[in-house]
Amino acid sequence: MRKVAIVPAFDEQGAIGGVIDEIAAFDPTIDVLVVDDASGDATAAVAVSHGATVLRLPFNLGIGGAVQAGFRYAAKYDYDIAMRVDGDGQHDPSEFASLLDVVLAGDADICVGSRFAGTDGFRSSAARRVGIRILARTVSMLTGQRVTDTTSGFQVLNRRAVELFAEDYPHDYPEVEAAVMVHKHRLRLVEVPVRMRERVVGRSSIRGARTFYYMAKVMLAILIGSLRRRATPLEER
Amino acid sequence: MNVLATGQTPLTISIAAAVASLLLLLVVFELIRSRRLRERYALLWLLTGLVLLALSLWRGGLNTMAGWFGVQTYPPAVLFAVALLFVLAVLLHYSTVISKLADQNVVLAQRLALVELELSARGAPTPAQLLEPDAAGAPETPVT
Repeated sequence: MRKVAIVPAFDEQGAIGGVIDEIAAFDPTIDVLVVDDASGDATAAVAVSHGATVLRLPFNLGIGGAVQAGFRYAAKYDYDIAMRVDGDGQHDPSEFASLLDVVLAGDADICVGSRFAGTDGFRSSAARRVGIRILARTVSMLTGQRVTDTTSGFQVLNRRAVELFAEDYPHDYPEVEAAVMVHKHRLRLVEVPVRMRERVVGRSSIRGARTFYYMAKVMLAILIGSLRRRATPLEER
Repeated sequence: MNVLATGQTPLTISIAAAVASLLLLLVVFELIRSRRLRERYALLWLLTGLVLLALSLWRGGLNTMAGWFGVQTYPPAVLFAVALLFVLAVLLHYSTVISKLADQNVVLAQRLALVELELSARGAPTPAQLLEPDAAGAPETPVT
């Protein structure tokens, strides 16, 4: 059972080392792949010095493109399990245990750590919470399954989910659309409550007025995405 | 008097519009000839120029069309409307072209990153290192 942790990072030289160390502390057999999304700082060098493999993108692709590059890596090198964790330190890799249990037990193809599916421990701005709520409602409606946190980048995926996302992954705000995609491909998505930390270093990529821009873009993407015919379940291709 | 009776297109407008359409066609032809414009992107422009030229020269047709659309006082307005429609079509076409290029760009960047990682894992200098041999501590590039 080979596992790879995919860590997308953009200008996270302050946080990336800690994230890699925490993954190693959780399970030293996990290969850590840091996807450096053309950072201007020393993110790649710090990651290498902490023992991670670094995939350096030639120019900034944004979170979706960076994560997909990681999935392509996982698919290319035949990993059985891919674990996603953000490079800014807001996720606690020790929480991977409960997500891994679900996927390894075969109960889900993709298991998402949700901030809202139970325990607290995460506070966010009111506007963001409302936005996340609206997106969660929409996705729940479209997929007929209760989804509480559509923006979580803390996930464990099995081989089938990795292969799907290596081929086709949304660009800008990928977790939301991915939830709809997963449903259309008849993969099983399960949420598990996790605690998340406040960002220690750096700033969120989505803030202020851009929140509305992203909301509009994502709503357009998931509403049209749900009308798309191309969603052939993997096994029927 | 017919309610839909239309005005006439002034001759000067027809001449000016025809000259402008011809100029557009000439520029597009020249761009194709000098290989600065690919044929597949030029087709819409050629169509635009031809339709506008036809409507400029065929004055009776323009007046009739104006009648259809209830443009009673100033038939050349139809010319503007048609031109605007074609420009919108060209712009929309470009948006699809840009979207496709952007998607291909992402795939290229990802594959390049994977290839570079594989090369460096095998100890071979990556293209980036070959460009800056000192910075990345890559093996000496052979001097020929």
